[in-house]
Amino acid sequence: MTNTSMSTREKVEKSMVRRRAAEKRFRVYGMASVLFGLLCLVGLFGDIINKGASAFRQTVIQTEILIDADYLGINKKADDQEIRNADFEGLIKQHFKKLVQPEGRSERRMLYSMISAGAAWQLQEAVMLNPSLLGQTMSINLIADDDVDQWFKHDRGTELHNNRMNETQVKWLEQWIEQGMLKTQFNTLFFVNGDSREPELAGIRGAITGTFLTLLVTFLLSFPIGVAAAIYLEEFAPRNKITEFVEININNLAAVPSITFGLLGLAIFINIFGVARSTPLIGGLVLTLMTLPTIIISGRAAIKAVPPSIREAAFGLGASKMQVVFHHVLPLALPGMLTGTIIGMAQALGETAPLLMIGMVAFVVDVPGFVNDPSTVLPVQIFLWSDSPERAFMERTSGAIMVLLGFLVTMNTAAVMLRRRLERRW
Amino acid sequence: MSIIENHKTNGAAFCENPKLKARDVGVFYGEKQAIFDVSLDIGANEVIALIGPSGCGKSTFLRCLNRMNDTIDICQIRGEILLDGENIYDPKVDVVPLRARVGMVFQKPNPFPKSIYDNVAYGPRIHGLAHSRVDLDEIVEKSLQRAGLWNEVKDRLHSPGTGLSGGQQQRLCIARTIAVDPEVILMDEPCSALDPIATAKIEELIDELRENYTIAIVTHSMQQAARVSQRTAYFHLGQLIEVNPTDQVFTTPQHTLTEAYITGRFG
Repeated sequence: MTNTSMSTREKVEKSMVRRRAAEKRFRVYGMASVLFGLLCLVGLFGDIINKGASAFRQTVIQTEILIDADYLGINKKADDQEIRNADFEGLIKQHFKKLVQPEGRSERRMLYSMISAGAAWQLQEAVMLNPSLLGQTMSINLIADDDVDQWFKHDRGTELHNNRMNETQVKWLEQWIEQGMLKTQFNTLFFVNGDSREPELAGIRGAITGTFLTLLVTFLLSFPIGVAAAIYLEEFAPRNKITEFVEININNLAAVPSITFGLLGLAIFINIFGVARSTPLIGGLVLTLMTLPTIIISGRAAIKAVPPSIREAAFGLGASKMQVVFHHVLPLALPGMLTGTIIGMAQALGETAPLLMIGMVAFVVDVPGFVNDPSTVLPVQIFLWSDSPERAFMERTSGAIMVLLGFLVTMNTAAVMLRRRLERRW
Repeated sequence: MSIIENHKTNGAAFCENPKLKARDVGVFYGEKQAIFDVSLDIGANEVIALIGPSGCGKSTFLRCLNRMNDTIDICQIRGEILLDGENIYDPKVDVVPLRARVGMVFQKPNPFPKSIYDNVAYGPRIHGLAHSRVDLDEIVEKSLQRAGLWNEVKDRLHSPGTGLSGGQQQRLCIARTIAVDPEVILMDEPCSALDPIATAKIEELIDELRENYTIAIVTHSMQQAARVSQRTAYFHLGQLIEVNPTDQVFTTPQHTLTEAYITGRFG
């Protein structure tokens, strides 16, 4: 019996070895998990930024073009309608024909395909803004076609079969580069245009506006309803079978796959109530269904976290139930409620699946003006672009993801700051 | 130790000019009975101390006096409690004005997370006691003065009440309670979270407040009971064992349980 000969102190010392080892092991596990998480995050951001950063640059062809009034058939007094009808596309084609001297029809077609359809609009707009340009030579950065854009940004110098430019086109492009005509500039169109079939003209403004309007509807509906429900359930509802049933179902709703809410929205809001599909209104309604449980649950948790001593103090002074709730409980619970709401809204911001069900996956070019205009939202736009065959849409997909992540980070930061400010009030 | 069968409260449970009269009060938490047939008078302008070991029901009884137990769903109360002859458990009585008449100070100082001024002004505001800003300022100043806090806080009325020390916070809570001008003040171990100096100040204050208010105080400190109260009620396992003038309870207790408690044999 050697054990009995050991003193208590020796036993404690012996057990310390094991305990210290356990503590060390746990620290290592913890650090490994954190490191893994960080690596994933860095990998994700790195990949997206790597792929998407080039979406913010657009290749343009800088050229001196004569705005030939005779060719266009308009004079300086022409009104907007006349300018709109004028053949700027032909003018550009003519200009480049003179510049490059293509031989035969197929070369001409190759040449024309290198300039974006948007170039004609650029020229048109410039003339509309300043009709005195007519008959003069102006220097303008014309948008290049997405294939040229991709070649210039990524493929220059690689094997020809890797890209969509052929030998002749590359010859011209190299010429232009020599003359300093080809360059990249900040891709403003990406932020001011709606969606387009032409990648170089496609932008996210429609999607961003749609997202904003959809989230506005979601917030205006889900915040008051969620907070009211949380307050009622927590403070006023009698504890009985019915409230218990309601509580269980709110928790269940939070776990329902989001596409189900899309089906529900389709069946009820669109088919029964006849809300127009593909609008921020219906999107907001569906996302409200999805966000409500989050807001109610976090709202109730925030109300529960208010110290009972504050309630007692107010009751003890003769405050009525309403006064206790609205003067004391709600102000203290509000930071928590806001955090829950913003988390719910951030969820809604990134939500795609339910919106597919209600037609927000449609190809919409126009920027929506109000909640009843057809529109799409940022995540659905990303989904649409990621499905497009053009290579230029790939970088635009990543670019749009970066914008979406930017919004998410901004929202979360706003949540944290708002909460700090509200909490610091006392 | 168990509940005494057919117990009759020893001593003088009733007095000449009662402000509050409790008659056969029983309190149940669900199935469990916490208080058994307590009958007790609380006289006008007196301080009555409720003492007894932990879990004896003294706090529960105190909270019956302004119906604070209403907020606990499973709590049921039998018997009647009369404030100036009117049963406060009558279905027609609204608890809101009742609690304005019977104020309460809690064990842990619990100022609102608002400014000192707003803490004191809250009661008068919700009850509409002040007709103007000047009126309200006056009530706040008077209440803080009565609570002996005015000189310490008059320069920082708009800083948070939670920034005060524990003792100051408790006096702020007392000021907040007297700002609604109640008739009775209930104090539930008001000094248990305070140091001896802060305690001494509150005790002094209680003595001064007696002129205008009726005070019932629950305390674990027998010295405190002896110092501040005129009558002392001893509770044991939900029964009111003995009520007598304070000096008598501490010198010649009638009941053996009272004697055992005050001599420190249990508690």
